[in-house]
Amino acid sequence: MSKLTLKTEGDTHIVVTRRFAASPEAVYRAHTEPKLIQQWLLGPEGWTMPVCINEAKPGGKFRYEWANAKGHSFYITGEFLELQPYHRIVHVERMHLPDVTPDNHVETTFDPDGAGTLMTIRMTLPDAQARAAMLSTGMERGMEASYVRLDGLSLHATA
Amino acid sequence: MSTLDSAFSALADPTRRGILARLAKGEATVMELAKPFHMTQPAISQHLKVLEHAGLVVSRVDGSRRPRRLAKPAIDAIDQWLAMLRKALEKNYQRLDQVLAAMEKQKEGEGK
Repeated sequence: MSKLTLKTEGDTHIVVTRRFAASPEAVYRAHTEPKLIQQWLLGPEGWTMPVCINEAKPGGKFRYEWANAKGHSFYITGEFLELQPYHRIVHVERMHLPDVTPDNHVETTFDPDGAGTLMTIRMTLPDAQARAAMLSTGMERGMEASYVRLDGLSLHATA
Repeated sequence: MSTLDSAFSALADPTRRGILARLAKGEATVMELAKPFHMTQPAISQHLKVLEHAGLVVSRVDGSRRPRRLAKPAIDAIDQWLAMLRKALEKNYQRLDQVLAAMEKQKEGEGK
């Protein structure tokens, strides 16, 4: 059984859940401390994150830049709206590919789950079109990416 | 890529997802599709046009009927794309698992 779930909700949301064998404090820190973020938030093989700026405070900004050996690069920028240490982060972000994608409003919660943590990421895109664009392109960095069951619709043709 | 773009755009509409869900159970005509959605046949036809353009639905001629069904290659392409994206995401989180394990180890070391 995969630990990861990703589903769409309504017309504008994407909800991702993942369980971790670590405390909410550790998982929260791995999402806010640049030295930790740079170790795992990398996406496909061959990409690194040379720039990781993260001012984890309300109103603080962040900027993550990815690059690969072929000289390709892209980055995201965002602002923190709310931070409740070790429990909840609310921020907005957009990708620069280099064209700027619509703002993605993201709420991430870290809940105790047995000895570990259940992380829930709830993304809200401005409209259905923006969500479709995000699912079909711009997801190379792997973070927003994933398997989607469209409102419970199982995409298997019978023919 | 452009086919996937239009496929995902086509999927952004709840009625069109409903049509696909219905067609997943077997082929259906415009009239049969219009009934459960409480929509006019022209409205359904418009949605079918988008789905056909995106390569998600195909039709065949059966006398005066033109039943629609899911287009397997397009649906498979979406499945594959999403599976690839899920893999990329899961890879990040497997790396995070290792980072968290290392943090835990360090904490134990400090506690001694």
